[in-house]
Amino acid sequence: MARTPRQVGEEVWKTRIEKVNAELVTLTYGSVVAQLCKDFGNDYIQVNEQLDKMGYNIGIRLIEDFLARANTSRCRTFKDTAEIISKVGFKIFLNITPTVGNWTPDNKQFSLIFDENPLADFVELPDDGKAVNELWYSNVLCGVLRGALEMVQTQVEAQFVSDVLRGHETTEMRVTLIRILEDEMPVGDD
Amino acid sequence: MSFYLAIIGTKDNAVYDLEFGTYRQGGDGTSKFSADMKQLCPFIVHSSLDIVEEMQWNTNVMHLKVIDKFYNYLISAYMTAGNMKFLLLHETRADDVIRQFFVDLYDLYVKTLMSPFYAVDQTITSPVFDQRVKMLAKKYL
Repeated sequence: MARTPRQVGEEVWKTRIEKVNAELVTLTYGSVVAQLCKDFGNDYIQVNEQLDKMGYNIGIRLIEDFLARANTSRCRTFKDTAEIISKVGFKIFLNITPTVGNWTPDNKQFSLIFDENPLADFVELPDDGKAVNELWYSNVLCGVLRGALEMVQTQVEAQFVSDVLRGHETTEMRVTLIRILEDEMPVGDD
Repeated sequence: MSFYLAIIGTKDNAVYDLEFGTYRQGGDGTSKFSADMKQLCPFIVHSSLDIVEEMQWNTNVMHLKVIDKFYNYLISAYMTAGNMKFLLLHETRADDVIRQFFVDLYDLYVKTLMSPFYAVDQTITSPVFDQRVKMLAKKYL
Protein backbone atom coordinates (compact mmCIF):
# COMPACT_ATOMS: atom_id res chain seq x y z
CA MET A 1 0.00 0.00 0.00
CA ALA A 2 1.88 3.04 -1.30
CA ARG A 3 2.08 5.60 1.44
CA THR A 4 5.24 7.68 1.52
CA PRO A 5 5.53 10.24 -1.28
CA ARG A 6 8.62 8.42 -2.54
CA GLN A 7 6.73 5.14 -2.91
CA VAL A 8 3.77 6.85 -4.55
CA GLY A 9 6.10 8.51 -7.05
CA GLU A 10 7.88 5.27 -7.92
CA GLU A 11 4.64 3.37 -8.32
CA VAL A 12 3.02 5.97 -10.58
CA TRP A 13 6.22 6.28 -12.62
CA LYS A 14 6.36 2.55 -13.18
CA THR A 15 2.73 1.92 -14.01
CA ARG A 16 0.76 4.92 -15.15
CA ILE A 17 3.14 6.98 -17.28
CA GLU A 18 3.88 6.74 -20.97
CA LYS A 19 7.56 7.38 -21.54
CA VAL A 20 9.17 9.58 -24.18
CA ASN A 21 12.79 9.79 -25.30
CA ALA A 22 14.74 12.04 -22.93
CA GLU A 23 16.99 13.44 -25.66
CA LEU A 24 13.92 14.58 -27.58
CA VAL A 25 12.82 16.60 -24.54
CA THR A 26 16.32 17.99 -23.97
CA LEU A 27 16.78 19.02 -27.61
CA THR A 28 13.28 20.49 -27.89
CA TYR A 29 13.66 22.57 -24.74
CA GLY A 30 17.13 23.60 -25.91
CA SER A 31 15.86 24.89 -29.21
CA VAL A 32 13.08 26.79 -27.42
CA VAL A 33 15.60 28.60 -25.22
CA ALA A 34 18.02 29.22 -28.11
CA GLN A 35 15.25 30.61 -30.29
CA LEU A 36 13.99 32.85 -27.47
CA CYS A 37 17.51 34.22 -27.07
CA LYS A 38 17.74 34.95 -30.77
CA ASP A 39 14.27 36.50 -30.91
CA PHE A 40 14.90 38.82 -27.97
CA GLY A 41 18.36 39.77 -29.18
CA ASN A 42 20.12 38.12 -26.25
CA ASP A 43 18.16 40.11 -23.68
CA TYR A 44 18.42 37.33 -21.13
CA ILE A 45 16.27 39.05 -18.50
CA GLN A 46 13.38 39.05 -21.00
CA VAL A 47 14.12 35.43 -21.91
CA ASN A 48 13.90 34.48 -18.23
CA GLU A 49 10.52 36.20 -17.98
CA GLN A 50 9.21 34.48 -21.10
CA LEU A 51 10.36 31.09 -19.87
CA ASP A 52 8.57 31.78 -16.59
CA LYS A 53 5.37 32.74 -18.45
CA MET A 54 5.57 29.62 -20.60
CA GLY A 55 6.10 27.57 -17.48
CA TYR A 56 3.09 29.19 -15.85
CA ASN A 57 0.88 28.19 -18.79
CA ILE A 58 2.24 24.67 -18.61
CA GLY A 59 1.76 24.51 -14.85
CA ILE A 60 -1.90 25.49 -14.77
CA ARG A 61 -2.64 22.56 -17.11
CA LEU A 62 -0.11 20.15 -15.70
CA ILE A 63 -1.67 20.17 -12.23
CA GLU A 64 -4.81 18.43 -13.54
CA ASP A 65 -2.73 15.72 -15.16
CA PHE A 66 -0.75 15.34 -11.97
CA LEU A 67 -3.77 15.03 -9.70
CA ALA A 68 -5.41 12.56 -12.07
CA ARG A 69 -2.37 10.29 -12.08
CA ALA A 70 -1.02 10.63 -8.58
CA ASN A 71 -4.31 10.78 -6.74
CA THR A 72 -2.62 12.03 -3.57
CA SER A 73 -4.63 13.37 -0.67
CA ARG A 74 -4.73 17.07 0.15
CA CYS A 75 -1.49 18.37 1.67
CA ARG A 76 -1.96 19.54 5.24
CA THR A 77 1.14 21.70 5.49
CA PHE A 78 3.53 23.44 3.15
CA LYS A 79 6.11 20.83 4.12
CA ASP A 80 3.82 18.11 2.75
CA THR A 81 3.49 20.12 -0.44
CA ALA A 82 7.25 20.29 -0.81
CA GLU A 83 7.64 16.54 -0.37
CA ILE A 84 4.92 15.76 -2.90
CA ILE A 85 6.42 18.18 -5.42
CA SER A 86 9.86 16.67 -5.20
CA LYS A 87 9.09 12.96 -4.76
CA VAL A 88 5.96 12.62 -6.90
CA GLY A 89 5.67 15.64 -9.16
CA PHE A 90 9.20 15.80 -10.53
CA LYS A 91 9.40 12.00 -10.52
CA ILE A 92 6.38 11.63 -12.76
CA PHE A 93 7.30 14.29 -15.28
CA LEU A 94 11.09 14.33 -15.38
CA ASN A 95 12.06 11.15 -13.53
CA ILE A 96 14.21 13.09 -11.08
CA THR A 97 13.80 13.64 -7.35
CA PRO A 98 15.36 16.93 -6.28
CA THR A 99 16.19 17.17 -2.60
CA VAL A 100 14.13 19.43 -0.36
CA GLY A 101 16.20 21.48 2.03
CA ASN A 102 17.09 24.81 3.59
CA TRP A 103 13.78 25.36 5.32
CA THR A 104 13.36 28.76 6.96
CA PRO A 105 12.26 28.66 10.65
CA ASP A 106 8.74 29.82 9.78
CA ASN A 107 8.45 26.94 7.24
CA LYS A 108 7.45 29.27 4.45
CA GLN A 109 10.51 28.90 2.24
CA PHE A 110 12.43 25.89 1.02
CA SER A 111 15.00 24.98 -1.59
CA LEU A 112 14.89 22.31 -4.25
CA ILE A 113 18.39 21.07 -4.98
CA PHE A 114 18.75 19.34 -8.33
CA ASP A 115 21.64 16.92 -8.67
CA GLU A 116 20.63 16.18 -12.25
CA ASN A 117 18.68 18.29 -14.69
CA PRO A 118 17.61 16.51 -17.88
CA LEU A 119 16.63 19.82 -19.49
CA ALA A 120 20.22 21.00 -19.36
CA ASP A 121 22.13 17.94 -20.54
CA PHE A 122 25.14 18.83 -22.72
CA VAL A 123 24.24 22.52 -22.63
CA GLU A 124 26.96 25.14 -22.62
CA LEU A 125 25.85 28.73 -22.18
CA PRO A 126 27.01 31.13 -24.91
CA ASP A 127 30.34 32.80 -24.42
CA ASP A 128 29.21 36.41 -24.56
CA GLY A 129 29.85 37.17 -20.88
CA LYS A 130 26.20 38.14 -20.33
CA ALA A 131 24.48 34.77 -20.50
CA VAL A 132 26.52 33.27 -17.74
CA ASN A 133 25.42 36.06 -15.38
CA GLU A 134 21.86 36.68 -16.50
CA LEU A 135 20.25 33.60 -18.02
CA TRP A 136 18.47 31.01 -15.86
CA TYR A 137 18.35 28.19 -18.38
CA SER A 138 15.73 26.05 -16.64
CA ASN A 139 13.49 28.94 -15.63
CA VAL A 140 10.47 27.22 -17.17
CA LEU A 141 10.44 24.97 -14.09
CA CYS A 142 9.84 27.99 -11.82
CA GLY A 143 6.83 28.97 -13.90
CA VAL A 144 5.49 25.43 -13.84
CA LEU A 145 5.60 25.32 -10.06
CA ARG A 146 4.03 28.74 -9.73
CA GLY A 147 1.18 27.89 -12.13
CA ALA A 148 0.48 24.46 -10.76
CA LEU A 149 0.40 25.57 -7.14
CA GLU A 150 -1.79 28.55 -7.93
CA MET A 151 -4.42 26.14 -9.20
CA VAL A 152 -4.45 24.46 -5.82
CA GLN A 153 -4.90 27.65 -3.88
CA THR A 154 -1.24 28.15 -3.02
CA GLN A 155 0.46 31.30 -4.20
CA VAL A 156 4.23 30.89 -4.37
CA GLU A 157 7.24 32.58 -5.81
CA ALA A 158 9.92 30.37 -7.31
CA GLN A 159 13.32 31.36 -8.61
CA PHE A 160 16.70 29.83 -9.20
CA VAL A 161 19.52 30.92 -6.94
CA SER A 162 22.30 28.84 -8.45
CA ASP A 163 22.86 26.79 -11.60
CA VAL A 164 25.69 24.46 -12.61
CA LEU A 165 25.48 25.88 -16.14
CA ARG A 166 26.55 29.18 -14.65
CA GLY A 167 29.50 27.60 -12.90
CA HIS A 168 27.97 27.17 -9.46
CA GLU A 169 28.30 23.91 -7.58
CA THR A 170 24.63 22.98 -7.48
CA THR A 171 21.40 23.86 -9.22
CA GLU A 172 19.07 25.23 -6.57
CA MET A 173 15.56 26.69 -6.79
CA ARG A 174 14.11 28.69 -3.91
CA VAL A 175 10.34 28.39 -3.38
CA THR A 176 8.55 30.88 -1.13
CA LEU A 177 4.97 30.63 0.07
CA ILE A 178 3.27 33.99 -0.39
CA ARG A 179 -0.19 33.08 0.81
CA ILE A 180 -2.92 30.49 0.70
CA LEU A 181 -5.63 31.72 -1.64
CA GLU A 182 -9.13 31.67 -0.27
CA ASP A 183 -12.01 31.41 -2.71
CA GLU A 184 -13.67 34.76 -2.75
CA MET A 185 -17.34 35.34 -3.32
CA PRO A 186 -17.91 37.58 -6.32
CA VAL A 187 -19.20 40.98 -5.41
CA GLY A 188 -22.84 41.25 -6.29
CA ASP A 189 -26.35 41.70 -5.07
CA ASP A 190 -27.41 39.06 -2.55
CA MET B 1 56.90 14.26 -32.66
CA SER B 2 54.44 17.01 -33.32
CA PHE B 3 50.87 17.07 -34.45
CA TYR B 4 48.50 19.60 -35.91
CA LEU B 5 44.79 18.90 -35.64
CA ALA B 6 42.18 20.80 -37.63
CA ILE B 7 38.43 20.41 -37.71
CA ILE B 8 36.97 21.74 -40.94
CA GLY B 9 33.27 22.46 -41.33
CA THR B 10 30.79 21.62 -44.01
CA LYS B 11 31.51 24.87 -45.83
CA ASP B 12 35.28 24.28 -45.68
CA ASN B 13 35.47 26.76 -42.83
CA ALA B 14 37.84 26.28 -39.92
CA VAL B 15 36.03 25.18 -36.77
CA TYR B 16 38.84 24.24 -34.45
CA ASP B 17 42.57 23.72 -34.56
CA LEU B 18 45.22 22.62 -32.15
CA GLU B 19 48.96 22.20 -32.28
CA PHE B 20 50.49 19.73 -29.88
CA GLY B 21 53.36 17.34 -29.43
CA THR B 22 53.57 13.77 -28.30
CA TYR B 23 53.40 12.80 -24.65
CA ARG B 24 55.19 9.48 -25.32
CA GLN B 25 58.81 8.83 -24.50
CA GLY B 26 59.15 11.77 -22.20
CA GLY B 27 57.62 14.32 -24.55
CA ASP B 28 56.05 17.25 -22.78
CA GLY B 29 53.20 17.84 -25.18
CA THR B 30 54.46 20.99 -26.83
CA SER B 31 54.87 20.86 -30.57
CA LYS B 32 58.36 20.94 -31.98
CA PHE B 33 57.44 22.53 -35.28
CA SER B 34 59.89 25.13 -36.54
CA ALA B 35 58.54 28.66 -36.93
CA ASP B 36 58.12 28.17 -40.70
CA MET B 37 56.37 24.91 -40.19
CA LYS B 38 53.96 26.48 -37.68
CA GLN B 39 52.83 28.94 -40.33
CA LEU B 40 52.61 26.29 -43.01
CA CYS B 41 50.53 23.75 -41.03
CA PRO B 42 47.09 25.26 -41.75
CA PHE B 43 47.99 25.64 -45.43
CA ILE B 44 49.13 22.05 -45.81
CA VAL B 45 46.08 20.74 -44.03
CA HIS B 46 43.67 22.83 -46.08
CA SER B 47 45.33 21.91 -49.33
CA SER B 48 44.54 18.27 -48.69
CA LEU B 49 40.81 19.04 -48.45
CA ASP B 50 40.30 18.34 -52.17
CA ILE B 51 41.73 14.89 -51.74
CA VAL B 52 39.46 14.23 -48.76
CA GLU B 53 36.40 15.15 -50.76
CA GLU B 54 37.49 12.91 -53.59
CA MET B 55 38.30 9.97 -51.36
CA GLN B 56 35.13 10.11 -49.30
CA TRP B 57 33.16 8.56 -52.15
CA ASN B 58 35.54 5.62 -52.57
CA THR B 59 34.97 4.17 -49.14
CA ASN B 60 32.10 3.61 -46.76
CA VAL B 61 34.09 3.96 -43.53
CA MET B 62 34.66 7.24 -41.74
CA HIS B 63 38.41 6.86 -41.16
CA LEU B 64 40.22 7.70 -44.39
CA LYS B 65 43.69 7.02 -42.94
CA VAL B 66 46.60 8.77 -44.61
CA ILE B 67 45.43 10.74 -47.60
CA ASP B 68 48.29 13.07 -48.41
CA LYS B 69 51.98 13.61 -47.91
CA PHE B 70 53.98 16.77 -47.63
CA TYR B 71 57.72 16.09 -47.61
CA ASN B 72 58.05 13.97 -44.51
CA TYR B 73 54.68 14.90 -43.00
CA LEU B 74 51.59 12.75 -43.38
CA ILE B 75 48.00 13.89 -43.26
CA SER B 76 45.30 11.59 -41.95
CA ALA B 77 41.63 12.32 -42.32
CA TYR B 78 38.36 11.27 -40.71
CA MET B 79 35.06 12.23 -42.27
CA THR B 80 32.03 12.37 -39.97
CA ALA B 81 28.46 11.53 -40.84
CA GLY B 82 27.64 15.24 -40.84
CA ASN B 83 30.35 16.07 -43.36
CA MET B 84 32.78 17.48 -40.81
CA LYS B 85 36.41 16.76 -41.60
CA PHE B 86 38.96 15.97 -38.90
CA LEU B 87 42.48 16.35 -40.28
CA LEU B 88 45.66 15.46 -38.48
CA LEU B 89 49.13 16.39 -39.63
CA HIS B 90 51.70 13.98 -38.22
CA GLU B 91 55.13 12.57 -38.86
CA THR B 92 54.91 8.82 -38.33
CA ARG B 93 52.29 6.32 -39.41
CA ALA B 94 49.98 5.17 -36.61
CA ASP B 95 46.70 4.34 -38.32
CA ASP B 96 45.11 2.42 -35.50
CA VAL B 97 45.94 4.86 -32.74
CA ILE B 98 44.91 7.82 -34.85
CA ARG B 99 41.63 6.12 -35.68
CA GLN B 100 40.87 5.70 -31.97
CA PHE B 101 41.80 9.32 -31.38
CA PHE B 102 39.45 10.43 -34.15
CA VAL B 103 36.61 8.28 -32.86
CA ASP B 104 36.88 9.81 -29.39
CA LEU B 105 37.16 13.25 -30.93
CA TYR B 106 33.93 12.56 -32.84
CA ASP B 107 32.29 11.71 -29.52
CA LEU B 108 33.44 15.03 -28.06
CA TYR B 109 32.28 16.86 -31.16
CA VAL B 110 28.78 15.34 -30.96
CA LYS B 111 28.52 16.40 -27.32
CA THR B 112 29.43 19.97 -28.33
CA LEU B 113 26.85 19.81 -31.10
CA MET B 114 24.15 18.83 -28.59
CA SER B 115 24.27 22.26 -26.93
CA PRO B 116 21.38 24.37 -28.24
CA PHE B 117 23.62 27.42 -28.34
CA TYR B 118 26.12 25.85 -30.72
CA ALA B 119 25.29 26.02 -34.43
CA VAL B 120 26.75 23.73 -37.08
CA ASP B 121 29.94 25.18 -38.61
CA GLN B 122 30.37 27.57 -35.71
CA THR B 123 33.93 27.79 -34.37
CA ILE B 124 34.47 25.92 -31.13
CA THR B 125 35.84 28.31 -28.53
CA SER B 126 34.98 26.44 -25.37
CA PRO B 127 37.98 25.95 -23.08
CA VAL B 128 36.38 22.74 -21.80
CA PHE B 129 36.48 21.28 -25.30
CA ASP B 130 40.08 22.39 -25.66
CA GLN B 131 41.06 20.73 -22.42
CA ARG B 132 39.31 17.49 -23.34
CA VAL B 133 41.00 17.33 -26.75
CA LYS B 134 44.35 17.78 -25.04
CA MET B 135 43.50 14.92 -22.69
CA LEU B 136 42.64 12.74 -25.66
CA ALA B 137 45.90 13.65 -27.30
CA LYS B 138 47.70 12.68 -24.14
CA LYS B 139 45.86 9.40 -24.03
CA TYR B 140 46.43 8.28 -27.58
CA LEU B 141 49.25 10.15 -29.24
